[in-house]
Amino acid sequence: MTKEEIENDRDDMMIDEKEQQGFPLMQCAQEEFDPDQLNMYYVKLFPYADIYKWMSYGNDRKHPACDLSYFGRREFSFILGNDVYLRYQSFNNAAQMENSIKSKCPFKIDIGAVYSVDPAKRNAYAGENAFTPVEKELVFDIDMSDYDDVRYCCSGANICNKCWPLMTIAIKVMDSALREDFGFTHILWVYSGRRGVHCWVCDARARRLNNAQRAAIADYFHVYKGNENSRKKVFLGAALHPSLVRSYQQVLRPFFEEELLCGQSLLETEEKFEKILEMIPDESITAKLRGEWLGNHQRSSNSKEDINRVRWEKLKSHLQSGKQKGLRRCVEEIVFSYTYPRLDMGVTKLTNHLLKAPFCVHPKTGRVCVPIDPECCEKFDPMAVPTLSSLKKELDKGKLENGEGKKLETGRTSLDKSLKVFRDFLEPLLKSCKEEMEISYNAKLQQSKSSSLTW
Amino acid sequence: MEILRSQKKISAQAAIPTLPVYRSAPSLEVRLEDFELFAIDRLRVLTGISNGLSRGKKPDEMEKLGNDLWKANMRHHDSSRMLDKDIISHFVLRLVYCRNEELRKWFLTHETKLFEYRFRVESVESQKALMAEIGFPYTAVGIGELEDMRENLNQVARSIGRQMLTSDALFFKVPFEEVPELISGRKVYIHKGFAYVAMNQAVNIVTGMFRSNLSKGLVLTNRKWTTTLKEQEKDRLTPIVEALSTSYLGPDYSQPKEYAEISIKDIDKVASSSFPLCMRHLFEKLREDHHLKHGGRMQLGLFLKGVGLNLDDALAFWKAEFSQKVGSERFDKEYAYSIRHNYGKEGKRIDYTPYSCQKIISSTPGAGDQHGCPYRNFSKENLEAALSKMGVSSRLMGDVMDKVKNRHYQLACTLTFEAVHASSCDSGINHPNQYFIDSQKILQAKVTNSTTVKNETT
Repeated sequence: MTKEEIENDRDDMMIDEKEQQGFPLMQCAQEEFDPDQLNMYYVKLFPYADIYKWMSYGNDRKHPACDLSYFGRREFSFILGNDVYLRYQSFNNAAQMENSIKSKCPFKIDIGAVYSVDPAKRNAYAGENAFTPVEKELVFDIDMSDYDDVRYCCSGANICNKCWPLMTIAIKVMDSALREDFGFTHILWVYSGRRGVHCWVCDARARRLNNAQRAAIADYFHVYKGNENSRKKVFLGAALHPSLVRSYQQVLRPFFEEELLCGQSLLETEEKFEKILEMIPDESITAKLRGEWLGNHQRSSNSKEDINRVRWEKLKSHLQSGKQKGLRRCVEEIVFSYTYPRLDMGVTKLTNHLLKAPFCVHPKTGRVCVPIDPECCEKFDPMAVPTLSSLKKELDKGKLENGEGKKLETGRTSLDKSLKVFRDFLEPLLKSCKEEMEISYNAKLQQSKSSSLTW
Repeated sequence: MEILRSQKKISAQAAIPTLPVYRSAPSLEVRLEDFELFAIDRLRVLTGISNGLSRGKKPDEMEKLGNDLWKANMRHHDSSRMLDKDIISHFVLRLVYCRNEELRKWFLTHETKLFEYRFRVESVESQKALMAEIGFPYTAVGIGELEDMRENLNQVARSIGRQMLTSDALFFKVPFEEVPELISGRKVYIHKGFAYVAMNQAVNIVTGMFRSNLSKGLVLTNRKWTTTLKEQEKDRLTPIVEALSTSYLGPDYSQPKEYAEISIKDIDKVASSSFPLCMRHLFEKLREDHHLKHGGRMQLGLFLKGVGLNLDDALAFWKAEFSQKVGSERFDKEYAYSIRHNYGKEGKRIDYTPYSCQKIISSTPGAGDQHGCPYRNFSKENLEAALSKMGVSSRLMGDVMDKVKNRHYQLACTLTFEAVHASSCDSGINHPNQYFIDSQKILQAKVTNSTTVKNETT
């Protein structure tokens, strides 16, 4: 696939539709989210300088290889409190961005692509291809509401400590595949503020992917293809691909057997175990298991061993002693169906798709969309992230201690921990941007030297 | 690249590929009638490939079809002129199909497929020669590295149903960006950004290079055509070129022709009588949930446009449903735009064409999606239930399900059409809007028949 196909993509409905549901914004829970507090957040806490540094990718210095137009060609878009939606905002520098955000106080900030020309001036450029997206981070969006058929604690927009681990393992699986398989190193994970996570892959190679390549990577991770109309939810092939073997052995199977199985009581009631039995294509086995489980429900609930675990072992031994190869694979299929990351494919596939910026505040929950360190993502608790009201309290307290009027220094709020995660991600990223710039500059220099010699 | 280069030297004597890579236009003299005849023969091959693809034929069937079509149409009584005919017809069609985005895309896709099918049947030696000619830039993986990777490479081979590696297996280490088709199906082992591509998979890269060369070539041809050739050849080539492209692209369903307008009040009636299953399903889900996700809105919305629902009616129709779920204010703000977009009233202002079966079958609906081809996506039970609701008798159900099992989704849809309408459909179903039009034709004929019968009896 080549360039000309990319041009052909549509630019409508590029917003994350699901995140949108649940607005209208004005009706949000007042105790969690207060526009005045948002204003305070933008004035005192939003990390403009860091976001600017990130989005500039090293193109903000005096180095002769810098592309000073780079940041200004990035699309930002705002959703304002009155639901007005502003696309194609762009800023020449950090100060402009800061002023615009402070004055408009957007309820949501989305980050789009870097375009061939300044998106705010896109109409000034005639011709079909003058205004096209040229770069964007490779992004992923994983949303808990897509897991409603495998969690019984919550549904829809709600999350709790019982189902959140599904997100944790999604992070682990994706993060290791992105690093090991694709060789990416600059990966930012962000809590989406309510019920999911976003991933930004920022390596230069990732930013330059075209739509076909993005779609291919999305498909690489598109293992779970279930919807209500199909019985088989995952398509694993004749044997597991090495990447899936790694995910299965290191993350999915241990998680399923040690956490999810009992945490969600996947085999306890008839309604729940029927869903798993449905995935076994051999009716003699399902009938046998069903009979045992319906019959001995009382008895085994008395024993010390967890009923879900007992039944899972039973199911496994039936399937794995089976002679048919397909049946042995069935155990893997069940585990993958219940645990493999479920991506919103559309978000990843298109270069010009927008994604909510880190450090936004979710207007329903008041929670800040903070970065998550993938190294210790199991410690991340979405219920404990800073919220507008908690930050306000911390600031007020700081004011009391430091006295009115004094400018507050860092070390002041619980947001600092998240800022550190972000900066730990930024530092190596900017270093490699600088190196790359140096290399390409030297190469160019070398080239012009050698060509001037021949001249 | 050393290996390839040395091999090219050998192969230069051993095997001269019969497959050109069409680097530059030939400086041959061509008679005007050959100009047109050769082009028509090549078009027969390309349209044959297009039909085969839209019928959902499998890759190996397509390879055979492509080569059979080639043999049937592209022979020349003078065997020494076969290569000329190949090259001339290719460059004539470049002229024909360079003139707009849609034509270019069609030609690019099918010409690349043709190249691929022909490449695959070449001998390994001439494949290597072609790879060198087209500038294949990757080195073979050395023995040591290959040994380290062997277990993983074998695992991939097993996962895609291939044989285990032989000792002389040849792999290329390629940046993953170069082989999106292999990445998307997890058909290669990838490690730290490099895909390990087997010799028999390298064809994807070769065809990719062919495609991108051709794509660039088409843009250049277009430039030349619009700036000079079109005017220069006003009396000679231009009429031939313009006639060639229109006569072979198949009908365009974006503009309803035969049944000009359908109003909202008739829509339920025609939905139950004349919509193919994919559209009935979307339609019913929309009525039920008052919502469809983006893929479903596109598939159904463009179909309805083709059926003859005008923009105002379309807005009213979607609004009536969506407003029950999201409120009319949010509908106006978030969804109306994309409906106007479908009708070419927003954004790039392209009048989008309804999706063909090929496009629908190849889509991949995710969680919560309802679009795609039901024959492909539904479980056996759900499909049978849906079909019997459409009125497919249990006697004919088996035939339909047989086709589904063999992944002949369009044939399954054709059989469904025949079962529901008690009438044959010789052309086969290639497009949901074709299904609709054919269905309406039959139903209207029945209405006129029965009224004439009535008139006669009274």
